[in-house]
Amino acid sequence: MAAYVLHLAILAGIYIILTLSLNLIIGYAGQVSLGHAAFYGIGAYVSALVSLHWSFPFPAAALAAVLAGGLCGLALGLPTLRLKEDYLAIVTLGFGVIVDLVFLNLEITGGPDGLPGIPPPNFFGVSFREPWVYLILVGVFVLLVLGAAARLVDSYHGRALRAIRDHEITAQVMGINTPAYKVLIFTLAAALAGLAGSLYVHYITFINPETFGLHTSILILAMVVLGGMGSIAGSVLGAVILTILPELLRQAHAYQDLVYGALLVGLLILRPEGILGRGKLSLKFLQREG
Amino acid sequence: MLTLKSLQAGYGRAPVLKGVSLHVRPGEVVTLIGGNGAGKTTTLRAISGLLPPRQGVIEFAGRDLTRMAPERIVTLGLALVPEGRRVFHTLSVTANLELGAFHRRDKREVRRDLEEIRRRFPILKERAHQAAGTLSGGEQQILVIGRALMARPRLLMLDEPSMGLAPRMVNQVYDILAELKAAGTTILLVEQNARAALKVADRGYVLETGRIILDGAAADLREDPEVQRAYLGKGYREVWE
Repeated sequence: MAAYVLHLAILAGIYIILTLSLNLIIGYAGQVSLGHAAFYGIGAYVSALVSLHWSFPFPAAALAAVLAGGLCGLALGLPTLRLKEDYLAIVTLGFGVIVDLVFLNLEITGGPDGLPGIPPPNFFGVSFREPWVYLILVGVFVLLVLGAAARLVDSYHGRALRAIRDHEITAQVMGINTPAYKVLIFTLAAALAGLAGSLYVHYITFINPETFGLHTSILILAMVVLGGMGSIAGSVLGAVILTILPELLRQAHAYQDLVYGALLVGLLILRPEGILGRGKLSLKFLQREG
Repeated sequence: MLTLKSLQAGYGRAPVLKGVSLHVRPGEVVTLIGGNGAGKTTTLRAISGLLPPRQGVIEFAGRDLTRMAPERIVTLGLALVPEGRRVFHTLSVTANLELGAFHRRDKREVRRDLEEIRRRFPILKERAHQAAGTLSGGEQQILVIGRALMARPRLLMLDEPSMGLAPRMVNQVYDILAELKAAGTTILLVEQNARAALKVADRGYVLETGRIILDGAAADLREDPEVQRAYLGKGYREVWE
């Protein structure tokens, strides 16, 4: 039982990083992204591959994952962030599907079988094979990311991001370089997702493409929306609830999806801004007059 | 100070401005009046860099603005009060004001200007911590004007500041403009409300379907029979046929 709780706590920590990073894009900068799991997967595979083939120690592998996630975020963000909501949603969705297919079909990623035998972190003479030691490692990263995010959103730059979310053209007229800010936050969020991927893969020690598909992107989005857009505490709450809830519902296995779905729908009707959030999920692109 | 020469701009393949020329001298209040779809907002968008012009010249203080990014143009001292009271609705009133000075690096002076603007518009102090979206329409209009002033603009451009406001609030907004004028602020005022605009302005231009059809001293425009008929609603007759 204790092992199971530790396992959930580690997963929750990883999801907190993912949720927070997506919240920076959606909740603070007001941009839609439906392919966040792709960056998570890129970080995970890069971290796994450099550990397996080049025996990178964990810190170097994690750094490689962060860089890979960030670079892919930059590469996707540069051409697409000039797009408006609905198009951006389509492009990020497509990106997520493409990346998933790449993992599934490349030889180096092991195709559908994935990659086994990824070493758990072992550095400065400390082995992180024990779950509780690993939990400390994840906890440290979660605190670092939380602290950095809290500082960022309260800063001069955080205010510029929120201005972009509220009204992009007006933000531009205030002298805010909106394209640069959007690309920057997208890159940063992708890099953080890469970090989460690295933390995941060295914990589970095995990966296959299933973990990084569309359903994961949607799950992270649900965590952001449930906890509250534009709220850091909300991201923590959303990630923890949606990590634990499916486990609690396991008793009522047959009804799990039903209860899970009903809860989300109920929340969106009763409290569309999320438990702790301020902004609402912008679904303007679904209401376009035809 | 600001000069437009044969400015042409449009959206997609549709031309909106078909050659607009106008100028604003330092210390002047100039109004650009015209009906719906005349191209008033498009003119301001082109000046601000939001809509790159197809042809023509936009010069501000000796600098060519035609290929300049909006965030660069702001730093030259052009501030725009966009139409429809675009406050950042989830941010506090104070945060909105501070965003007006986003490009400024002289933090101490920004603090002083903030105090000055709150002194001048006490409602912005009263509501300092409230989300801007919860303000009334008139309060929001005051906020966006205050926000633009936080940029210490050399030229203040306003896009239909009276739109959608109760008559009493329109008067209040125009009182503010008159005060700014008295303080020597250079203003380019775009309006459909020609009566109010021509009262405060020194000179005016009349824009119709993308062309300037008339210009002159505001006092002369007020007396012009064509302006009176089309924009001031005098001598209105219903025509039955």
